[in-house]
Amino acid sequence: MSIQPVSAFSPLAWLGRSAIGYTSGLGRLGIFLGYGLFSIFKPPFNFRRFLDQVYFIGPKSMFVVSLTGLFTGMVLGIQGYYALSQVGSETVLGAGVALSLIRELGPVLTALMVTGRAGSSIAAELGIMRISEQIDALETMDINPMRFLIGPRFAAAIVTFPLLVAIVDVVGIIGGYLTGVVLLGINSGTYISHMEHFIVLRDVTDGFIKTFVFSIIVALICCFKGFNAHTRSGSFGAKGVSYATTSAVVNTSITILLADYVLTSLLMR
Amino acid sequence: MPESLIRFHNVRKAFGPLVVLDGMNLSIERGMVTTIIGKSGVGKSVLLKHLVGLLAPDSGEILIEGKALSAMSRAELREFRRKVSYMFQNMALFDSMTVYQNIALPLEERTKLSRSQIQDDVMERIAALDLGNIAQRYPSQISGGMKKRVALARALITRPEVILFDEPTTGLDPIRKKHVHQMIAQYQQKFGFTAVIVSHDIPEVFEISQRVALLDQGRILFEGSSAEVMASGDARVQQFISGEEDEGASPLEA
Repeated sequence: MSIQPVSAFSPLAWLGRSAIGYTSGLGRLGIFLGYGLFSIFKPPFNFRRFLDQVYFIGPKSMFVVSLTGLFTGMVLGIQGYYALSQVGSETVLGAGVALSLIRELGPVLTALMVTGRAGSSIAAELGIMRISEQIDALETMDINPMRFLIGPRFAAAIVTFPLLVAIVDVVGIIGGYLTGVVLLGINSGTYISHMEHFIVLRDVTDGFIKTFVFSIIVALICCFKGFNAHTRSGSFGAKGVSYATTSAVVNTSITILLADYVLTSLLMR
Repeated sequence: MPESLIRFHNVRKAFGPLVVLDGMNLSIERGMVTTIIGKSGVGKSVLLKHLVGLLAPDSGEILIEGKALSAMSRAELREFRRKVSYMFQNMALFDSMTVYQNIALPLEERTKLSRSQIQDDVMERIAALDLGNIAQRYPSQISGGMKKRVALARALITRPEVILFDEPTTGLDPIRKKHVHQMIAQYQQKFGFTAVIVSHDIPEVFEISQRVALLDQGRILFEGSSAEVMASGDARVQQFISGEEDEGASPLEA
């Protein structure tokens, strides 16, 4: 059913159209998520394609996420030292750095960096496949594009994100050690023992719950935007792909930050 | 008279205000080569895309051996789709896969053939289409003509019952063009598939076609054998075959 424009200047009509547009968009996203997750388990499996995606999202992002982790840890070391020394508690720096990374910054920064590096290319690759009829070609060959293209990317994101986050956490803690202990002279034993003392398993599992949710958000939005690059009104061809890629990165980043707040509130209760 | 393999009945398809197919009727007979001719942008590719499920008619029916596509169950639709290969006008090759991988993909994904059987089948097609030296190259590394042949090899690899060729020879030199036509005819005789060709190669393509249909203004203007088309007294058919412009038409519209 097509929606007839009532009047170009009717705010009520505009509101209605936007509401319907957003709601149906969300509905399509939800269906895509369902199909995407389902298609991970839909045979025939192609382990090779899954591994290709794991390699693309995981090892190829390692350098950039390690650097992010290192510098974040180093900054946390300096800032944490400054803040804690105001109240004479700089000895708990190790715990402060590790808690910030494990509960919060590790998952969020990894998700944001992987969105920029791998998510954007996923959206662009799928967008190009869409506009050059490669996805149509799969359909005409009776090869389910969801199973062939989306399933392996979802599975790879779910598997690789926790590993990348673990690397960021460890490298970040080392970064904090470099600035806190080596540069600013906190006792290295204190740095590590406070960390051991204050961090409980719950902190780690909470961090990984966030990581799991972020991995789905990145895979979902980037795949969805690329896969549907042709449906965006007013943008065709290369421009359509470029819009799809930009909107994939922007939407994923915002959703990650939003979901982070919601998850933190829920997990901290 | 036996039921046609594929029959378009009163099919209408519009994209917004643009009506592309307007109550079109066409029968495609089993085991024959049917060629659809018509001006560029007249909706020939749209017609083909209805057969592979990429488009659905706004109204009217497409009947497969008398059974409407819209009334088919999911399993029946899949079964029909598996019998049909579609060669896209722009080839739609998977550009991050090699030529070999492109051709092998339908077999790898849809059949339970062993790796060596797939390799044998693919190499046979590669040899038949003279693609041996580019098997390990990527589509962006080969010429347009070679891409056409790769797309053709990919369409033939599953031994489909129906193959839809969307301008299979556009952009090829006259020798390759003839070669592709001969190959379609040769494979068609060998495997007995039903071929639907959208083409502008008039009159060359008539040599391999048993049926010819002229699509104009959303309807089939003429349907008959190649000889009947050539001998048709219809002014519009003759005008199209001889490549004359409409009176008053702008040269840019052609």
